Amino acid sequence: MAGVAGAATLDDVKAKGFLQCGVHTGLAGFSQPDNAGEWSGMDVDYCRAVATAIFNDPKAVKFTPLSPAERFEALKNGEVDMLSRTTTWTMDRDTTYGLVFAGVNYYDGQGFLVRKSLGVTSALELTGASVCTQTGTTTELNLADYFKANNMTYNPVVFEKQAEVTAAYDSGRCDAYTTDASGLYSTRLSLTNPDDHVVLPEIISKEPLGPLVRQGDFQWFGLVKWVHYALLNAEELGVTQANVDQMKTSENPDIRRLLGAEGEFGSGIGLSNDWAANIVKSVGNYGEIFDRNVGAGSPLQIARGLNALWTKGGIQYAPPIR
Amino acid sequence: MTTAHDLAYVRKEEEPILAPPRHEVGAIKWMRTNLFSSATNTALTIFGILFLLWTVPPLINWAFISAVWTGDSREDCIVPGAGACWAFVKAKFGQFMYGRYTLSERWRVDLTGILLIAGLIPMAIPRVPWKRQNALYLLVVFPILAVILLLGGYFGLPYVETALWGGLLVTLVVAITGMVISMPLGILLALGRRSNLPVIRFLSVVFIEFWRGVPLITVLFMASVMLPIFLPPGVNFDKLLRALIGVALFSSAYMAEVVRGGLQAIARGQYEAAQALGLSYWRMMRLIILPQALKVVIPGIVNSFISLFKDTSLVLIVGLFDLLGIIQLNFSDTTWTSPNTPATGYAFAAFVFWLFCFLMSRYSIYTERRLNTGYRR
Repeated sequence: MAGVAGAATLDDVKAKGFLQCGVHTGLAGFSQPDNAGEWSGMDVDYCRAVATAIFNDPKAVKFTPLSPAERFEALKNGEVDMLSRTTTWTMDRDTTYGLVFAGVNYYDGQGFLVRKSLGVTSALELTGASVCTQTGTTTELNLADYFKANNMTYNPVVFEKQAEVTAAYDSGRCDAYTTDASGLYSTRLSLTNPDDHVVLPEIISKEPLGPLVRQGDFQWFGLVKWVHYALLNAEELGVTQANVDQMKTSENPDIRRLLGAEGEFGSGIGLSNDWAANIVKSVGNYGEIFDRNVGAGSPLQIARGLNALWTKGGIQYAPPIR
Repeated sequence: MTTAHDLAYVRKEEEPILAPPRHEVGAIKWMRTNLFSSATNTALTIFGILFLLWTVPPLINWAFISAVWTGDSREDCIVPGAGACWAFVKAKFGQFMYGRYTLSERWRVDLTGILLIAGLIPMAIPRVPWKRQNALYLLVVFPILAVILLLGGYFGLPYVETALWGGLLVTLVVAITGMVISMPLGILLALGRRSNLPVIRFLSVVFIEFWRGVPLITVLFMASVMLPIFLPPGVNFDKLLRALIGVALFSSAYMAEVVRGGLQAIARGQYEAAQALGLSYWRMMRLIILPQALKVVIPGIVNSFISLFKDTSLVLIVGLFDLLGIIQLNFSDTTWTSPNTPATGYAFAAFVFWLFCFLMSRYSIYTERRLNTGYRR
């Protein structure tokens, strides 16, 4: 099985013949089971993308669902090769855990869910509103800071459990509900009339979520990082699951380098040169992954927002393949 | 005209027996004695009926009348006024039973179940002969068959790793393994704790008090998170096996105390009589003491089994999905998210757990009655 930090993870993975990927134990849009029990979701697709880069087979991956308490330990002791489990990138985790973040595949942050009938279009109009939230979380502190910074008053309605908060909001005990935006969208789905509610555009905290690997294995770190960048570059260059084969003959040198028609970029991270073409062909580009799992093509209907490409008003930005 | 001559002192025929007064028979009598015998009881009865009227109709309406029975996605379950989303359970039923066990290999789980039932039914019916052979099959042959069938890797059966197991399969594997191991281990520990040999007594006490002193969730957590730290890197043993060992040791300690309770209930004279007959320690235990002691503690044993069965849900902490775990996991499937999905899933889990526990408790009552030869109330 996989070794400790410092060992060549890529060699281990190649020897095993599959990637062992740590995922969430059930989170809508990120790692969820379908009717047959197959895993799907944004984080799951990142695992599949890495597996495809190595084996050209999105099925060459085994998933280990990990609880919050287990996740870092499981990666550290080699139980999993990478962790793709909606983990917030913080300085502490990035520097003192013996782990390192390989990128941000989802910029999350605290937002507000309100009833459409309230007629509110911005969080700045929430003066005097009653806001439902969970006790003792950073969410509660962020909420207080935000209203104070904007000189607004509010009436906090706090509960111990997530389910209580949802029920209270659904029954109309408060005007707004606040938690991380990805959570707001999945909560909205479980409300009695999802279409009567809207997530406001303001995001009041930084929760960058991304995949992690062990410190000390730069080849593996580079591989996971560049799988993420390849997905972003593919979207930026308009390479999709449907057109990736035609795109290989494109004249655009950026596309030719991405898809391995030009240069030796794959071999630099220990892969074949058509690694990125294989990824896009089996899981799609970043935009397709987003849409399918959490975006417009999914029941969650999460807006791209910060996760749009830098060319489209977001902050998803990848260094070029050159 | 009637003459004195015709009058008899004694009736020649019996008067027909009159029916008892209406308020002393049938439903009315029953209600008078059981429901309205006093002011307090009358009030309680009325309160109870009102409570049932208040709770039962909405429940029936939710679970049956306005429930959604068929559908392919949440769209079918979010119609206004919809009740339970049984379509969700239907779509996920395979997962709830087998977890993510390879689809084409699920017949192996079914076959294992059939083999188990085939062994249990004749064992449970007292009249069926060959109990010794039957027990041998259940305790030796069946476990081997079950491991080969479920795990595979032998006789051309493809290997199915335990990470893919889930649902009721994991619940039953954990519960049954726990029960089968905890019973003999518990008896040995109980005997050890009452032994005259100081080392054995000390070790038994330490074992029992340690495992009873730590919560099961801690045991599982240690097995899952701490164990890999102590093991050399690269040694990585099966999560399910870790959980099985944890659960078995844990329930053995509880079982030991239950059995010890039974041992203490046996009068000293029984021991002395057995010894006077010249029986060795083990024969005394096997022939005289344990049969009586275990009979006394049947309710305690079944109690432990039932609580063990329900405790299996804790294996979720080590990333194994038992029945409840896999139902909760599927709440995250956005294809099925609706206001009624969680309630429906929990109702289904509750029903399955209740069914198993109820069967266990019924069988225990039956066994108690059958063996209750000396202590009938």
